[in-house]
Amino acid sequence: MTNKDKDDILRHTISVLVDNESGVLARVIGLFSGRGYNIESLTVAETDHVENLSKITIVTTGTRQVIEQIKAQLDRLVPVRRVVDLTIDGPSVEREMALVKVAGEGEHRVEALRIADIFRARVIDSSNSSFVFEVFGKAGKVDAFIKLMEPLGLVDVSRTGVVAISRGATGL
Amino acid sequence: MSTKEMTGSEIIIQALKDQGVDVMFGLPGGVLLPLYDALFKQNGLRHILVKHEQAAVHAAEGYARSTGEVGTVLVTSGPGATNTVTGLVDAMMDSVPLVCLTGQVPSSLIGNDAFQEADITGITRGCTKHNYLVKDVNDLGRILHEAYYVARTGRPGPVLVDIPKDILLATGTYTTPGKTTAVEHKSYKPQVKGDTASIKQAIELIRNAKRPLFYGGGGIVNSGDAACTLFSQFVKMTGIPCSLTLMGLGAFPGSDNQFLGMMGMHGTYEANMAMHDCDVMINIGARFDDRVTGALDKFSPDSKKIHIDIDPSSINKNVVVDVPIIGDVAHVLEEMIKYWKADQAQVNAKELEKWWKQIADWRSKDSLKYIQSNKVIKPQYALERIRDLALETGKDTFYTTEVGQHQMWAAQHLCFEKPKRWMTSGGLGTMGYGFPSAMGVQVAHPDALVVAIAGDGSFQMNLQELATLMSYRLPVKCFILNNMFLGMVRQWQEMFHGERYSESVIEDQPDFVKLAEAYGALGLRATTPGELDGVIKQAFDSHLPTIIDIRTDPEENVFPMIPSGAAHNEIILGPEDSKNSESGGSVESGVLV
Repeated sequence: MTNKDKDDILRHTISVLVDNESGVLARVIGLFSGRGYNIESLTVAETDHVENLSKITIVTTGTRQVIEQIKAQLDRLVPVRRVVDLTIDGPSVEREMALVKVAGEGEHRVEALRIADIFRARVIDSSNSSFVFEVFGKAGKVDAFIKLMEPLGLVDVSRTGVVAISRGATGL
Repeated sequence: MSTKEMTGSEIIIQALKDQGVDVMFGLPGGVLLPLYDALFKQNGLRHILVKHEQAAVHAAEGYARSTGEVGTVLVTSGPGATNTVTGLVDAMMDSVPLVCLTGQVPSSLIGNDAFQEADITGITRGCTKHNYLVKDVNDLGRILHEAYYVARTGRPGPVLVDIPKDILLATGTYTTPGKTTAVEHKSYKPQVKGDTASIKQAIELIRNAKRPLFYGGGGIVNSGDAACTLFSQFVKMTGIPCSLTLMGLGAFPGSDNQFLGMMGMHGTYEANMAMHDCDVMINIGARFDDRVTGALDKFSPDSKKIHIDIDPSSINKNVVVDVPIIGDVAHVLEEMIKYWKADQAQVNAKELEKWWKQIADWRSKDSLKYIQSNKVIKPQYALERIRDLALETGKDTFYTTEVGQHQMWAAQHLCFEKPKRWMTSGGLGTMGYGFPSAMGVQVAHPDALVVAIAGDGSFQMNLQELATLMSYRLPVKCFILNNMFLGMVRQWQEMFHGERYSESVIEDQPDFVKLAEAYGALGLRATTPGELDGVIKQAFDSHLPTIIDIRTDPEENVFPMIPSGAAHNEIILGPEDSKNSESGGSVESGVLV
């Protein structure tokens, strides 16, 4: 490993299975802010209602050493059951959803619908002068869609953040 | 296992007794009245009433570090709870097992800015190993057992349990834990056993080493007496030199010839040079703290590094190592010794001899030497007299310190043969730690000689506990190495800030002898070297808590010193060296921390 590789900033998607008890998300977020780690995106929801487990998906950036530290520090939290680095622990898929509000009239409306069709985005609300699209895909695709909507009257965006899962038959 | 219906207060008392707790340090308040009422009605669980909650935590730390057991703290909501924060961070940094029970306003008032309400689980989330807010009295017993388990196991640390007043009054089910106090935890499972392949790899590295060095830390002491015995055994067996961190002192006998002294910013010349020049570094239970490594890019550049630690996040945090072994020190060392013996392994004797010769050369610099005076008391001399006269009492002696110059001199000049005899605030550097900590040590060891080494600055941060020492007849001997300065601040100002002593002169000092007398304690003073022995003996002979004001050379500096941001081999040995040295730390050369 050369020095240059050592200092390269990498982007990793980390999946964290936690006991869904009060304060658990605050512990995870506090760890990132307290130790100066980056969060690009973070999603959380309960995924096992019987055992009360939640899954947190975090997209973070840092040098290789920092990414290793992030995983070790996460694993050290008492309510954390498992930490998996989806970027290096085998292939994985990731998706994001965005709700994109575009306001405009005339040709802009038509163009927005045309582009939405290309991105397989659906209209989930419409008024005389606006649409709300839902668009799914990798974060990059969502970015691209939003960018194309900008000149067509982009008003507001809500994004879920990235969720990810490993490919193949085994679970976390 | 049996279950029983009890009130929350009764559950707490029963759970603590079931955990083997015999004493706690605390201070009552409004929301805790039901619990203090229950405490009043029972025997077997002692409560030491402190004067300030921060001192309760430090006392529990002293208790924990000198016994190896979990220390227990009990404080009320709001200010009682927030006053524990410094102590909790201190325990977190130095891996001290504590359980801190805080009262909370009734559940129905939480979030309403009620009187003496503070979100203490929120405040302490980052400075406890784990914390809990109890929401159902039926969970209380389980949470308390879990708290002790989490505090004690793995890398030890503080755990806080916040208990609303209504939970204390409610009735719930308590389940007695099984024979073992171990808790089957759903997610918390520290790794104890080391990976065999890595252990074997480490052994290969050690046996082929030419200039090997043991770098032992507080993790050895935390792992227990067995770990310290195994460590000493392995060091003796291999013949390899051994240095210890500030937290590790006592893990290996301080008088042994294989001991090079403490390493780090104020470590010995031979220990730091050996750290720099070694070819195989065996870090056991230490965390490559910045006070040990100095400049990271110049840290031990030619060595292969083995790192044994129970905390995976310690591995590769500051220094990237070659052979990481995650596990409990005692377990890993047991395995290592087993394989070492089975392989009939040996370090290359000829190379080792050369290495020892080099070390002897460094040692001959006698880096802890100081210029004795017959007019003014040198702090190093005072410590040597305290050490020797303590030894003469024949009593088991425990030392605690505050933070600053006196702490470093104590680490250098006291000699620790056994673990758990040295309590000092390493990671956080908490002034005000030592005096209350000594109180906790004396509670745990009523017949031992407990000596607190203090500076005139830090003593004043928790001196109110003199009253507690008096009321429980705890004969702690507190030696104030009084130089009328915040000494370490003054030393840095002298060396790195043009001798501008900004706010480091303590001119408003009380008369410490009269202060002691005001509390009914014994106050003594020594101003010349000739008075020293008599005063120390008088202190050791007294059954009273004693404050000894030792007037020391005000401008003495701690040497050796590796200036912040320098490498081990850029160590400054003494005042002359400091004036000549390029690395003598211009402020511009980087950020001094």
